[in-house]
Formats: sequence, C-alpha cells, structure tokens
Amino acid sequence: MLTESSLLFNTQISPSYWHARLCASAAFVREAAPGRFVMLRVNDTTDPLLRRPFAIFDADDDASGAPVFEILYRVVGKATTILSAKKEGDVLDVLGPLGKGFDLGAPAGEHLLVGGGVGLAPLYALAKKLRAASSTVLLFAGGRRRDDILCAEAFASLGVECHFATEDGSIGERALVTEPLTRYLESQGAKAAIYACGPEGMLRAVAQIAARRAIPCQVSLESRMACGVGVCLGCVVAGRRTAPQTPDFRCVCSEGPVFDANEIDWEGA
Amino acid sequence: MSTPDLSVDLAGLRLRNPVMTASGTFGYGAEFAEHMDLESIGAFVTKGLSLKPRAGNPPPRICETPAGMLNAIGLQNIGIDAFVARKLPFLRTVKTPCIANFFGETLEEYAEMAARLDAIPEVAALEVNISCPNVKKGGIVFGVDPASASGVVSACRAETKKPLIVKLSPNVTDIVVMARACADAGADALSLINTLLGLAVDLAKRRPMLANVTGGLSGPAVKPIALRMVWQVARAVEIPVVGIGGITSASDALEFILAGATAVQVGTANFVTPDAAQRVARDMESWLIDNGVDDVKSLIRGLRTEDR
Repeated sequence: MLTESSLLFNTQISPSYWHARLCASAAFVREAAPGRFVMLRVNDTTDPLLRRPFAIFDADDDASGAPVFEILYRVVGKATTILSAKKEGDVLDVLGPLGKGFDLGAPAGEHLLVGGGVGLAPLYALAKKLRAASSTVLLFAGGRRRDDILCAEAFASLGVECHFATEDGSIGERALVTEPLTRYLESQGAKAAIYACGPEGMLRAVAQIAARRAIPCQVSLESRMACGVGVCLGCVVAGRRTAPQTPDFRCVCSEGPVFDANEIDWEGA
Repeated sequence: MSTPDLSVDLAGLRLRNPVMTASGTFGYGAEFAEHMDLESIGAFVTKGLSLKPRAGNPPPRICETPAGMLNAIGLQNIGIDAFVARKLPFLRTVKTPCIANFFGETLEEYAEMAARLDAIPEVAALEVNISCPNVKKGGIVFGVDPASASGVVSACRAETKKPLIVKLSPNVTDIVVMARACADAGADALSLINTLLGLAVDLAKRRPMLANVTGGLSGPAVKPIALRMVWQVARAVEIPVVGIGGITSASDALEFILAGATAVQVGTANFVTPDAAQRVARDMESWLIDNGVDDVKSLIRGLRTEDR
C-alpha cells in the first residue's frame, strides 16, 4: 500500500544512527509482521530517484491509540542524509509493508536473535512479538563499536537477555558476536532457533554456526533495490542451488528479505 | 469543453490513451493490479520473454546514478511456457491490451517466439527486443547492425499478423539507419529508446558497481537523448513511433508526442511509484483540458521547429 505518512519524530540516537516514527494506518500495523520492510521516498525530485528500503523496527498503536511505525537507519548516502534532516510533521511517501517476514513457526525452545547496527531493527519487532507470546528470547548484538549496539534498553525492557560484543570492546566483550553465541550454544542443551540480521560477514558466520549444529536459522538480508515489489529483479541473491548451469536467483524484496539460511549460497553471496 | 479524446491507433491496435508501460518495469501486469487500475492506461508490455527460462546475471544488478539507474538484469524471465501456463489466466481478466516483449539468441529463436506469441489470443501485439545491452546473446548483436536487424524483423514478420513493434537500441552511431532497416523489413511500429550502456564505479573498492561491469542507464537522465532520437526517427519513417526514456510525468509524455511519438512507455518511474503510468494518463487528460486540446492525436509530430 502506498501512503503519505507524517514524521512524528526523527531523532539521532548515536553518532551514526537515527530513529524515526511515522503515522500509519491500522491496516499497516496489522500487516507489519516482524521482518517486513517499507520503501521510503525521501523527496519528490529525481535525485535521489529511487525509494530506499527500511526494515520495520516497530509497528503498533502509540500511547494515544494511534497506529504508528518506526524505523532505525544509518546515514550512509544521499537519501539517508536527506532523511536525517526531516523534521516532525514532514511527510514521507511510504510503500509497504513489503516482503516476507520471519517464520515464527517454532514457539517452543529458545529464540536467539543475532545482529548489529540497523540489523537490530527487524530483530526488535521480532523480539516484541515473541515476548508477547511469553517466549524465551536472547539477543546477541555485535558490531565494531558501542555505536553499533542500538536500543539495548528497549530490548532489555521487553525481558530479553542481552549479550554484547564489540570489536573495540567499548561495550560488552571485545570479540565478534559469534563468540558469545557459540559459547552459549555449547553451554546449553535446550532447543534453540536463530534469527539473524546484520552485516554480510556476520550473517555468513552465523549461518555456518547454525548449519554445523543443525539449528534452524533465519536471516534477513539487505540488498540494493529499485522497486521493492519483485518486478525489477534487481535485488536478487544467489540461492544454494546456484551453479553455472543452474542459477538460482531469489528476489530479496519479494521472496525475502527473510530466508532460511540453508537457502542461501554463502560462497556466492 | 467536452472530454478530450486520448485514444490513439498504434499500427492497428487501438489504445484508450497513449500511455503504456515499458518492458522489464511492469512484470507480467498482474504484479501491479493491487497498486493501480490497469484499465486506466493504453497498454502494458511484459518482461522480455524467451523460449527457455533465463536466470539472468549475477548480483549486484542495479545501482542508482544521478537522476537514473543502471541495470544489468540479464533478461531473467520465466520463459514462454510458464508465461502461457501461469500468466494468461490473469490477462483474460484485463481489457487493456497486453503486448508481449520477446527476444531470441538466434534468428530461428526469434521467429519461433513470434510464431508462439502470434497464436496466443491474450497477446494483442508483439514487441521484439533487439536491443538489450546486458547479454551478448539477447538482442544487441541484432540491434546494432542494420542487416541483422532487418533479418530478425523479416523473420518475425513472416510468423505474425499481429502488430509488430521493434524496440531499438540507442547504442548505435545512427539510430535512423536502424529505424529505416526495421521499417523496410516489415515492422509496424518502432519503440525507442532501450537503455544506454553505462558504467558506475565504487571508488573505495576500485570496482564497478555492477557484477556485469556495465549496465543499461534509464530514468530521467536519459530523457533528452530519447527525445532527440524519437524526433529523428519520427521524421525518417512512416510507421508510428513509441517514445521511451525517463518519462515520469504527463508533461514528459507530451513532449515525446510532440517530438513524433504516437504513444509512450513509462519505465523506471514504475519502480518509484507503482501507479506512475496511471498518474501520467490522468494528468495528460488534465493537461489537454487545461490547454484546450480536444484530441491528443493533434499533438503528434507537433513540435514547432520553424523560425520563431
């Protein structure tokens, strides 16, 4: 669905990251399953021309009962620079919710969320949904520095057990996030499922860890997109059946952004 | 004043208005049914079809450039068998004409595709792609040489009585030579331009932005080139011309019509605004009313180039 949505706030929450809330409709909130995304148009000029994809961080009724949704974003280029200058009351053109979100099919056992940076956005929506069903949720958040560990208090206030790792040790242990994740998996015998969203290297490493232990693992992928609705075929990733004779390209926007980690060709990615 | 007449005749195909959608930007039509009223536009063109399904190029396949984008999708498509099996039921529910875009790797494949599409009642017209810049086999070898283009068009012409539109590449020295060759070989109409071959560089990585290295440039950035080529071709051939290239608004579309286009195709704009073509058609009607023009056909080739 295509809507004009007012910004309710647009706040810098750390040196590189912003957190924004926009008006939504009740239908939007209903359809905004964890892992789905929106395509935002930051202005109506031709440069930047295309919309940009943003994972939905939260979609719910606000304190007054009005439907809203939130995004987290990092300022990386022209479009996000323009977006970061928008003020409360400015109107953005929103297409969404789009894509296929997380499969919440395994309610029993522990849900291990692994991510960093803006990858934490869909994981927050997922944590909120899982905690609403009283599931056990642990977060393993990692990144280069403290700046990449976003919204730790928000996760904690949902009742999520949080583990942090940064490459410079500025928060949590000085390690890649896969270290506390691996340690945790070795120490416990309960059934677990992994949900990951973050930089490509992190996702590849998490997928390997999950595959070695035969743990179900879903990953939410990022890609350059033009349309967001499965038409331009620009955002594809290589699926695991990819070979020179049998290419297997999947649209991140319409077949994902969430995939079973086993579906992805991590060597080709 | 009364409602203006927006209808046009494109080589025997009657369009309710001159606004179409460009191949590769509109799926097979059904993908846009939830975003717009398909019956608000003149026609839509499918993603390019081939005899066998094609997987396309490895990613990354797209990147944005100033007022445009580069793509190197590589003609990924479901193949004609899947098109017949899965897409025709939807097409039967839509009154708007569906134009099938297609290509082949050989002259024989082009002819066979034309014959297969000719036999499909839901396909109102054929648009033959001799101009994709992103795969070696898939058009461009035919689209840059007048004799080869003429051969493809003749072979397709022999297999279909439906309107045959030939989509031209701008990546040639003289597009008029190509246009004349296709018209002489039996094309009913020409559509232009396909994308312009381009390159974008990631300076930090010292690598091309696309895995294919080069890609096709589309979007508002190409509009002046497309307008110039439409104007040149429309003056040189008798058959109708379909203008394509960076159209995002009714005024863009009307500029192409003045330059000589009988109809236009909205392409990259569909990615930005899923109902872009519907908006162009609606705003075109408003423009005609506001400017006292009672028939859009009166604007075709209406560009005033005489001394001011």
